[in-house]
Amino acid sequence: MSTDRAEAGRHDFALRPSRPPAPVDHANEDLPIPLETRVEMYRLQQELRQFEKRAYDLFMQNLVKGTSHLSLGQEAVAAGVAAAIRPDDYTFATYRGHAHTLARGVGMGPVMAELLGREDGLLGGKGGSMHLTSVEHGMMGSYAIVGAHLCIANGAAWSAQIRGTDQVAVAFFGDGTTNIGAFHEALNFAVVWKLPVIFVCENNLYMEYTPSDFVTAVPHPAADRAPAYGLEAVLVDGNDADAVYEAARKAVELARSGGGPSLIEAMTYRHGGHSRADPGKYRPDGEVDAWLERDPIPMYHQRLLRLGVAEGQLTEIQQEVAQRVDDATEYAKASAPPGDAALMTDVWADGGSAWRN
Amino acid sequence: MTELNMAQALNAALDRALADERVVLLGEDIGQTGGVFRVSDGLLEKHGPDRVIDTPVSEAGIVGAAYGMAVAGLRPIAEMQFMGFSYPAFDQIISHVSRIRNRSRHRFTAPLVIRVPYGAGIGAAEHHSESTEALYAHIPGLKVVVPSTPHDAYGLLLAAVDDPDPVIFLEPIRLYRSARGEVPEEPYTVPIGTAKVEKPGSDVTIIAYGSMMREARAAATELAQSDIDAELLDVRTIIPFDTETVLESVTRTGRAVVVHEAPRTAGFGAEIAAQIYEHAFYSLLAPVERVTGWDTVVPLRRAEQHYVPSVGRVVAAVHRVMET
Ligand SMILES: Cc1ncc(C[n+]2csc(CCOP(=O)(O)OP(=O)(O)O)c2C)c(N)n1
Ligand SMILES: [Mg+2]
Repeated sequence: MSTDRAEAGRHDFALRPSRPPAPVDHANEDLPIPLETRVEMYRLQQELRQFEKRAYDLFMQNLVKGTSHLSLGQEAVAAGVAAAIRPDDYTFATYRGHAHTLARGVGMGPVMAELLGREDGLLGGKGGSMHLTSVEHGMMGSYAIVGAHLCIANGAAWSAQIRGTDQVAVAFFGDGTTNIGAFHEALNFAVVWKLPVIFVCENNLYMEYTPSDFVTAVPHPAADRAPAYGLEAVLVDGNDADAVYEAARKAVELARSGGGPSLIEAMTYRHGGHSRADPGKYRPDGEVDAWLERDPIPMYHQRLLRLGVAEGQLTEIQQEVAQRVDDATEYAKASAPPGDAALMTDVWADGGSAWRN
Repeated sequence: MTELNMAQALNAALDRALADERVVLLGEDIGQTGGVFRVSDGLLEKHGPDRVIDTPVSEAGIVGAAYGMAVAGLRPIAEMQFMGFSYPAFDQIISHVSRIRNRSRHRFTAPLVIRVPYGAGIGAAEHHSESTEALYAHIPGLKVVVPSTPHDAYGLLLAAVDDPDPVIFLEPIRLYRSARGEVPEEPYTVPIGTAKVEKPGSDVTIIAYGSMMREARAAATELAQSDIDAELLDVRTIIPFDTETVLESVTRTGRAVVVHEAPRTAGFGAEIAAQIYEHAFYSLLAPVERVTGWDTVVPLRRAEQHYVPSVGRVVAAVHRVMET
C-alpha cells in the first residue's frame, strides 16, 4: 500500500494525475427554477467573485490583516444554497467564509472593513477574515477549527425543532473535514434526532495542500459516507448554481417538513491556493486550467442568455456590483483601526476582560 | 558548525531522529508538502512514506495512533499544525498519553513527541496565535519543552525523542525564521529539565522562555545601558521545571521578573512566582513581577503588538523591582 502511495505521487502531489471537472450538464437548464431566482443567483455569484477579487488585490497591497482563504471558483455553492433558504434560517461556515457571509446579505462594506481589521468591520476589526459572523443575518459564524461547527449547526437546528419553528440550519465545510471525528458525530446526532440540518460539503479536492483522496477511505468523502448514516448519497455539480439550488431546495423542504437532515457533496475547485501564503504548487499541470474552463460564472452567464435574459441586464448587474465593491473598499479604507483599548473588551458579559469584580 | 534558523535546526533534528528506525513522523501536510512551516521539508523523499506520514485532518486520530505506536515499540513524532488545532486531541493527550505509565503501574509508557507551533507571529488571531502551554503543564505525566534558539531546538528535540515519557514540544512561530544560530554538525542532545543562564547578572533575574526570550534579551541589553545588570534565564523546559537553577539565581539577585506571552491568570508564570515565594522568600528584595499577555483573546496582526509583552514592558517591570 505505502509503495503505491509513494509511486502515485513520486513524493510530489503535482505529479499525480489531474482530476478535471465533469462537463456541464445542460439538462440543469430545464430544472423548474424561476427565472428571477436564477438572476438572483447570478447576482450573488457576481458579488462573491468581484468582492473576493478585490480582497485579493488588497492582500497584495498588504492591507488585509492576518491570513485569509478565498472561495474564488466555489461561488455557485454559496449562491445556490443561499437562494434556497429563508432569511430566518441559520448558516455556519468555515474560515473560508467570505462568500457564505455575503450570500446571507451581510453588507460588503462591513465585511471588507473586517478583512482590513478596521473599527467599522463586521466584528469591530477583532475577528478578521476567518471569523465573520452576523447573527442578525442568520450567519451564525465562521469556524476556523475544522469540523466544530457541524455539531454546532445540529444544536441550532435542534433549537428550531424544540421551539417549533420551521427554521433550518446549514453547515458548509470542506472535503478534508469529513475525516475528523466531529463530522461523524454530527451526522449521527442529526439522523437520530431527525434534525432540520443540511450539511454541505464543498469538495474542492484538497485539504490545505494534500489532495483529500490521498488520505480518505472512499472516493467521495461525503456522498459515499451518507448511506452509513442512513442518508441518501447526494452528489452535485458545485460549479452549477442550478444543480446546487435544486439539491438545497429538496433538502430544505425535507428538513422543514420534519423529514430530518441531508448531506450534500458539491464538486468544486478553488482557483487559488489554500490561503494567501499558498501558491498551490502541489496541483498537477493542467488541473487548474481545466477547472478555470469550468468556471461557474461564465457558464451561468451563457445559460441565462439562453433562457432569455438580456445581455444588458447581466451587464447592469455586473456594473452595479462593481460599484458596490468600490464603495465597500472606500468604506473599509476610510475606517480607522480599532483603538488599543479594544484588546481588553468583550471577554465577559460586562464588556471587559477583568476576571475580578 | 553551521548557521541555521530554528526551522532548519528542527528539520535537521527530525532528519537525525529518523536515523533510528523506530521513529515515525505523522501530521497534516507534513510529507509531500513539508508542513505548514516547512519544518519537515525533504524528509519524505529521504526516509519514505512509511516513516513520514501525511495524515487526514484528524488530530485525535493522529495522536491516538502515535500513542498506540509508542506503546507498541515505536518513537512517533506527531505534528499539530498550530496550538489552537491541538485541542481535538485533548482526550488522547490528557486522558491516555499522560496517564498510561501510572495506569499500567509502570508496565507501559508512551514515549512520543507532539510538536506544536505556538504563539503570535503570523497575525491571524486566536487559534493560530495562542500560547496555552499552561494547559499542558497542568497535566501530570506530560513534559513540556520550549526552545528559544536553533541550538536548543535541535538538542531538545533529540532529547525529547529519547525521553521515556511523552513530550509536548512547543515551537515558537515567531522564531522559526528569525532565530538564527550555530548548530554543531555532530548530533547532540540538550537535557530536558535544565534551564539555562543565558547571560549572568547580579541585580535582577529575568525568567522567560520560547518566543519571549527575544524581548527578554533586548530588555537585558537595554537595561545594561542604565547600569542594571540583569541575569537572563531561559526556562527551556516548563515541565519538569528546573527550580534549582531559578532559585540559585533569584537568591543571588534578590529580584525576579517572569515573562511569558500567555494570558496572566493561571499562566505558568504564576507557578514560577509561587516556587520563588515558597523557596526564596527571605532572599527577595522586591515582590516578583510578571510581564504577560492579557487575559483576553489574541487579536489580529495590528493589535498583536499590544498583546505580546514588549521590550518596554519588561524594562519597566525591571525598573519597578529595582526601586524597592
Ligand atoms: C482541527 C483543525 N486541524 C487543522 C486545521 C488546519 N487546517 C485549516 S484548513 C485545513 C484543511 C481543511 O480542508 P477542507 O475541509 O477540505 O476545507 P477547504 O480549506 O478545502 O475549504 C486544515 C487542516 C484546522 N483549522 N483545524
Ligand atoms: Mg477542501
